[in-house]
Amino acid sequence: MKPKVAFFDFAGCEGDQLQVANLEEELLTLLGQVEVVSFREVMKEHSDNYDIAFIEGSCTRLMDEDRLKQIRKNAKIVVAIGSCATIGGINCIRNYKDLDDVRKTVYGESARLFDTYAARPINAVITVDAYVHGCPIDRDEFLHVVKSLLLGKKPDIPTYPVCVECKKNENVCAFERGQFCVGTVTRAGCNSCCVNEGTICWGCRGLVDNPNENSHKEVLIKYGLTVDDAIGKFRLYFGWQEGKK
Amino acid sequence: MKNQNIDIELHHVTRVEGHGNIYVNVKKGIIEKCEWNISEAPRFFEAMVLGRQWNELHHITSRICGICSIGHTLASLKATETAMGIKISDQDLKLRKLALHAENLQSHILHLGFLVLPDLMGVGSVIPLASSNPEEVKTVLRLHRNANEMSNLLCGRTTHPQRLIPGGFSKIPSMRELTELRNKLKNSISELQVVAELIKSVAHRFPDFARETEFIALTRPDEYALYDGDLASSDTGTAPVNEYLSFTNEYIVPTSTAKRAKHARESYMVGALARLNINFERLAPLAKKIAEMFSLKPVSHNPFMNNVAQLVEVVHSVEDSIRLIDELEAAGLQRQPDYHKPEVKVKAGRGVGAVEVPRGILFHDYTYNEKGICTKANCVIPTNQNHGNIELDMKALLPNVLGKPEKEIELSLEMLVRAYDPCISCSTHCIRVHFV
Repeated sequence: MKPKVAFFDFAGCEGDQLQVANLEEELLTLLGQVEVVSFREVMKEHSDNYDIAFIEGSCTRLMDEDRLKQIRKNAKIVVAIGSCATIGGINCIRNYKDLDDVRKTVYGESARLFDTYAARPINAVITVDAYVHGCPIDRDEFLHVVKSLLLGKKPDIPTYPVCVECKKNENVCAFERGQFCVGTVTRAGCNSCCVNEGTICWGCRGLVDNPNENSHKEVLIKYGLTVDDAIGKFRLYFGWQEGKK
Repeated sequence: MKNQNIDIELHHVTRVEGHGNIYVNVKKGIIEKCEWNISEAPRFFEAMVLGRQWNELHHITSRICGICSIGHTLASLKATETAMGIKISDQDLKLRKLALHAENLQSHILHLGFLVLPDLMGVGSVIPLASSNPEEVKTVLRLHRNANEMSNLLCGRTTHPQRLIPGGFSKIPSMRELTELRNKLKNSISELQVVAELIKSVAHRFPDFARETEFIALTRPDEYALYDGDLASSDTGTAPVNEYLSFTNEYIVPTSTAKRAKHARESYMVGALARLNINFERLAPLAKKIAEMFSLKPVSHNPFMNNVAQLVEVVHSVEDSIRLIDELEAAGLQRQPDYHKPEVKVKAGRGVGAVEVPRGILFHDYTYNEKGICTKANCVIPTNQNHGNIELDMKALLPNVLGKPEKEIELSLEMLVRAYDPCISCSTHCIRVHFV
């Protein structure tokens, strides 16, 4: 029997589910291997009987925790997809601010109607079995993780920083170009896609396991950058990982 | 029908982007409740960007929406560039217009092929269509993949662009790549005609329904306005973009995490149908022919025709992209250095950027201090502007379908919501029908 899979989304932009839809012809191949029982973005049918749950988005309010726990109960395997789900992502920028002010900025007098708490990754609420990092996720990596899970294997996710891939791609280092980049401490697996396009690594895949912070500091000193430069960029995607809860 | 009791509570309407709910309550044939509201978790982007630097805002606000990330990036860049008086080259302007066409193609094809077609074919999703109509589904997939590849070529990504930066592009495609793209676009025209025929064959399933409303879109005299233009209302005429607040008048309803907007009437509509109603004359020739095929001409007050207007725009985007590439070729594409970073003189100021994105007119409005730090931000999203109009359409449509079985009523209301192609992630910065 084909494993049943379901997709769910919380606070996020649904760009990761879009990458799944963007698999195009490969999506048809994938549909030969699994049965999609719930995917609100593209189908009307829904079932609570599934083996693998893919979850996009962060948890940003208490009322969403129950829904997450129910998904955990229903699923044998829970996979977090995209930065908002894997590390809290860009939503965590607001964790550095007073949340009452945040609500008032957007909703004014009606702020009290809109419940919220510090944005957090899915594993802050339930146990997560596998991760597909990135903002948005990489389609090939998604397929790799799905294939591994179907074969009962542990997905092979890099534990080294983006710098390694970036050097292999022979990019001119962003620091050499006078820009600040967090590729030194960010988990690889994206093939340094943003630097390849002429910009910087923004950190969307989150901090690598055991980031070499000392060497990162050396880089800062070497290029005459300040801690303020670093803080700004670290607060884009690393908020939750840096302990801002 | 007189004694009909209906209790519909459709939570999280499917095949739309985000979470929205429909509530309908009819007692003895009398409508007691008919509501459309949004339950998506709010995301607070306007607060998140405060204190951030000018060269990060487009990266952050792109994340408002995965489907319209190019549109958000462009509106964001235009706001920043206006605030600081940054000019972009004519070549970059054309490349940005191509990027916007890529997103319109990507989004409209996804909506028509994956989200709308199943309703017209009487199935729950595109998945069963893959076995019942494999050729048509493959054509839709191919067109969608082409649009994605086009986004990739212009933006360096299909979602959350990288190459689009303040002042221009960090990297641009080569003329050879653009010529290849032009070939693909030319070849896609016959496939689009196949899709148009398919939709035409089932278009009678769109309800024959109309409710007069106001339409708002960008407009300009020389082209079908998408990247820029003046504000235009079908009721009150044109105004400069920096007067947008007098058009959008956002307000909050307690039952919904998304704001709403109103202008000359109780509600207004934005999106493909609004653009077509206002700018029909400036559509490309083949696009006009497709409109004729469906007898769609201004002013259409049938919201279901928004689907057809999207199809017309798909053809327009293909034609106009071919024209833009021709012009780039004729002018000779100027190369730029790798890792290009345009010189920007940071200064204090306020700027409004307005762009027509797949679902309608989008505004980003930023104020920066002299260090280029954002001190105030406002984003007005197309779907929010449509929420009020959706609910009023629902209220007008419901009496027409009362007396039908509850499932059919539910489907009509869902189809109405889907016709607007709502993007709820955007609008909360949803869809379920609740018959209560």
